Amino acid sequence: MPRVKTLRKVLNPPLIKGFKPYGPESGNLNQEPVNLLFEEYEALRLSDYDMLNHHQASVMMGVSRPTFTRIYASALQKIARAFVEGKQIAIEGGKVYFDSDWYQCAGCGCNFNNPEREKVIESCPLCGTRQIISHDFPDETNEENAKHWEYVCVCPQCGFEQEHQLGIPCNHQVCPKCTHKMKRKGTPGCKI
Amino acid sequence: MKIAIASNGNTLESCIDSTFARCNFFVVYDPETRAMEFIPNPNKDLEEGAGSASVKLLESRSVQKIVASEFGMKIKPLLDSLKIQMIVVKGSKKTMKEIMVMLNH
Repeated sequence: MPRVKTLRKVLNPPLIKGFKPYGPESGNLNQEPVNLLFEEYEALRLSDYDMLNHHQASVMMGVSRPTFTRIYASALQKIARAFVEGKQIAIEGGKVYFDSDWYQCAGCGCNFNNPEREKVIESCPLCGTRQIISHDFPDETNEENAKHWEYVCVCPQCGFEQEHQLGIPCNHQVCPKCTHKMKRKGTPGCKI
Repeated sequence: MKIAIASNGNTLESCIDSTFARCNFFVVYDPETRAMEFIPNPNKDLEEGAGSASVKLLESRSVQKIVASEFGMKIKPLLDSLKIQMIVVKGSKKTMKEIMVMLNH
């Protein structure tokens, strides 16, 4: 039996349910839509709209970096298919959960969430007091993933550290003290 | 703005039910018009899928908030995608009347 998919975190559901082609030929085409999953929509949004790199985006979605790249590739493939074949795109389904803030009311002790991120909650929806406490349940697994990759190059010989430069692999850098090749801090190859 | 409350009976004195999907009655209350409606829960004895069926029922009545003392695992993504707010009143024995008075604030 295959391993169970981890739940992907999606910030907000998309504003629309999908896209329809238009033009004189659009009516004659196959009406069967291409099903873009919520996680694929989110992957596209994070990496091409918010301009995050795949590693940052994978942390946001709570999946590994290779999984994120797979989701993203599948999203592009589906969109390309819909464009070329003139198909509709339906955004639905997928193994996701939506992220929304949780609050606690100091007046009546109830908990409530905020399904609409655009609106700011000021008072308790149940008793109307303005004394509310915001809870943000920190996701431990995400932090662990983030810790795994630090943006620091380290010399495995003498332990010299310097800030990682984006775009240049760590093993292309040379340690200024002992001229040994540098490694990324936290990777299995480096002992420190 | 309609608000649904999970109740264990069909009177104003009944308490808030311990679960959302398998509660005895849903009370749909509108604080603006003070209108209320008691809906017997048809999904009470379902083995599976009671949560989504109950959400569908309430969505068809254009409810925007749901008050219950506990929600199931699968409810949250559903409600988030429908932009329905969840209000969790943990472990209290508040009656429908008390909750409605609170909602009138």
